[in-house]
Amino acid sequence: MTFRRVLLTACAALGLGAAAHDAQAQGQNLRIGLREDPDILDPTLARTFVGRIVFASLCDKLFDINDKLEIVPQLATGHRWEDPRTLVITLRDNVRFHDGEPMDAEAVRYSLDRHLTMQGSFRRGEIGIMEAVEVVNPRTVRIRLRQPSAAFLSQLTDRAGMIVSPKAAEAAGRNFGNRPVCAGPYRFAERIAQDRIVLERFPEYWNAAAIHIPRVTFQPIPDSTVRLANLQSGALEIVQTIDPDDVAAVRRNSRLRVAVSDELGYQSITFNIGNGARAQTPLGQDARVRAAFELSLDRNALNQVVFEGMYTPTAQPVPPANPFHVRAFQPEPRNLERARALLREAGVQTPVRVELTVPNNPDLRQVGEVVQAMAREAGFDVRINAMEFASSLQAATRGEFEAYLLAWSGRVDPDGNTWTFIHSRGPQNDGRYSNPEVDRLLDEARVEQDAEKRRALYGRIWEIAIRQDRSRIYLWHRKNIVAHTARLQGFSVSPDGLIRPQGLRLQ
Amino acid sequence: MAAFLLRRLGQVIPTLLILSVLVFALQQLMPGDPALILAGEERGDPEVLAQIRSELLLDRPLVEQYLHWLWRVLHGDFGFSWRIRLPVAELILSKLPVTFQLASMSFVIGVALGVPLGVLSAVWKDRPADWLINGVALFGISMPNFWLGIMMILLFSVQLGWLPPSGYVPLWEDPVQSLATTIMPAFVLGTGVASILMRHTRAAMLSALAQDYVRTARAKGLAERRVVFRHALRNALIPVVTLGTVEFGKLLAGAVLTEQIFTIPGFGKLVVDAVFNRDYPVVQGVVLATALIFVTLSLIADLLYMAINPRMRQT
Repeated sequence: MTFRRVLLTACAALGLGAAAHDAQAQGQNLRIGLREDPDILDPTLARTFVGRIVFASLCDKLFDINDKLEIVPQLATGHRWEDPRTLVITLRDNVRFHDGEPMDAEAVRYSLDRHLTMQGSFRRGEIGIMEAVEVVNPRTVRIRLRQPSAAFLSQLTDRAGMIVSPKAAEAAGRNFGNRPVCAGPYRFAERIAQDRIVLERFPEYWNAAAIHIPRVTFQPIPDSTVRLANLQSGALEIVQTIDPDDVAAVRRNSRLRVAVSDELGYQSITFNIGNGARAQTPLGQDARVRAAFELSLDRNALNQVVFEGMYTPTAQPVPPANPFHVRAFQPEPRNLERARALLREAGVQTPVRVELTVPNNPDLRQVGEVVQAMAREAGFDVRINAMEFASSLQAATRGEFEAYLLAWSGRVDPDGNTWTFIHSRGPQNDGRYSNPEVDRLLDEARVEQDAEKRRALYGRIWEIAIRQDRSRIYLWHRKNIVAHTARLQGFSVSPDGLIRPQGLRLQ
Repeated sequence: MAAFLLRRLGQVIPTLLILSVLVFALQQLMPGDPALILAGEERGDPEVLAQIRSELLLDRPLVEQYLHWLWRVLHGDFGFSWRIRLPVAELILSKLPVTFQLASMSFVIGVALGVPLGVLSAVWKDRPADWLINGVALFGISMPNFWLGIMMILLFSVQLGWLPPSGYVPLWEDPVQSLATTIMPAFVLGTGVASILMRHTRAAMLSALAQDYVRTARAKGLAERRVVFRHALRNALIPVVTLGTVEFGKLLAGAVLTEQIFTIPGFGKLVVDAVFNRDYPVVQGVVLATALIFVTLSLIADLLYMAINPRMRQT
């Protein structure tokens, strides 16, 4: 009895202390739970998606995207194409970096050059097409491209468009990411690896009127149950991505809200068609076998079983919210008759053995199992090879796979969801799919500036690369599911899944 | 004594060297190319991959990579984390207080529960209290930490709202908040340690209580309490001390799952994240630091034997 009393008193005392601490934090500090610890906070060197969430509060970009995926100015005030290879960008006046230095055309030139030339830059692939940046006057830069590009402007809406303080970047060199200095609404305060990243409001932010919360803290919490428990107990205000099967519980809780948007990417199955010895299978060599495999799948059932019906079944790499989504190109309904007929036509011996490589996480393993069960009815013997993520990437690159279930986080411009994956020279074309006609169309779509014509080109690419050649199966577009406290106002989740602090208020 | 210490220290250096070679070799056996992970979504670009490999010396022969690393370690430079570009030594030092605090709290809970319960269980052998204690201990050993952890979070944080569900506040920043964030993980880890200590204390006590000197002590008419604590327990403690230091060492090596569940930024989380991201310098640094901790602890255990058992001082 005494022991229990001591225990209860201790818990209560600790709890009271914690509660006092919490009350102090409320309204002052926006605590955001991330699913992993971001990598280095240098826009030139950063790679992770969670890192981009931090950058949304830390580093403004030349352009941003809005809810409709339209490109809108941020540090820029506008742009115009002098010719298909020359872009002129005008800049906002009176913008300062966190160290008080002015954000001007020279800083833009410096930052873009840094993205392009710094050793280890991950931006080079995004803006490698850039030939030169010229300072026209302090408020104007001119960017010359090696060849026309319809996607270039959209690259400047992400990390490649982030402008850093040249003075701070020069002084810090490769350690800039340990104390980044940008022109965003919040400035860097501290980072404790794997624990938290703290930013505080930058009073001289050019759009300071839109920033109402003094402090933002990002906390990496890998376990989704624990992330949600933190939100439920009031230790966090926002959690980035909750599982679809937790949505119902959050909706039942009157103190919590859920915000959902379609993400920019997709989940697909890549077939090994020409990457090494493992491509020499009926599945790799005969489009009819791949068609039969695809026809054996019921995307709606898959989505219901594994994701509570939350995701959007698809047959193409571009999601419905994107202006280049081709509405007429819909998934074919499951058709076992046709699937079996195709296998007979291909003259293969059934069951056709297929090894499906799946990154080892519970949801994707379950997807693998449902695919296995569905494909069996059409005459496939699917064996699931669950691999830790890093190992599965290596296996895919080396061609050590037959079919590979992998997601792509997606890009605003459709080129970012296609060229890399289905062009014969595409760096992430793991299955080495190759069709000269598709290559030609992809190159054409890359430079086509007329939206209508560009959409038509993508429509033709889908017909050939997906419906005819069955290079990949696109399964669904995921959703950005963000849960937050009801005290947070003005929040909506944009298609890129980032959390933008502008307009947010905490009560 | 001095000779003993010198001899033990002389064993440490080859141990650490062999270990570093082993860790280096094991990492090479691990599938998954660090360059691919670091390249992220740019992984398809051979230029990017080549650049990463040359920057991190991954394109050099293995022996050269190892010697390069060893040379720098001998100069006190553990290298940089490939993922967040912070010095490995700084990362380890920043995690050490966290892990030390959690390990100490867990250990205190473990010893405070495990040793007395073990003694009681031995004294009350085959009585209902013994069965009960054994049952609880079995429960403690078999209960997975991650399950117990999540259950505690759901009860104490979500339902009752008494304790923060996860995170960590340093002791010197805010002692109350620091205890509030570490008490649940410490309890989860402590119960595991308590169960193991209880089982071993019980076994050692049973064997000690059957010894002649205990019978003699009783025959002399000593009070039972004195027999149990002064005569039996003191002798029974030797194996328990060994085990205790090993358990403490394990706690210091980082409680991977528990840290992951409670998001405590300690050694366990550091090394797991490093392995998943193929952040080799961090893995190597942490393993080396852990080995050093283990070696130090086993030395302390030896010194403790001598304190407890005078006969061992002569060897």
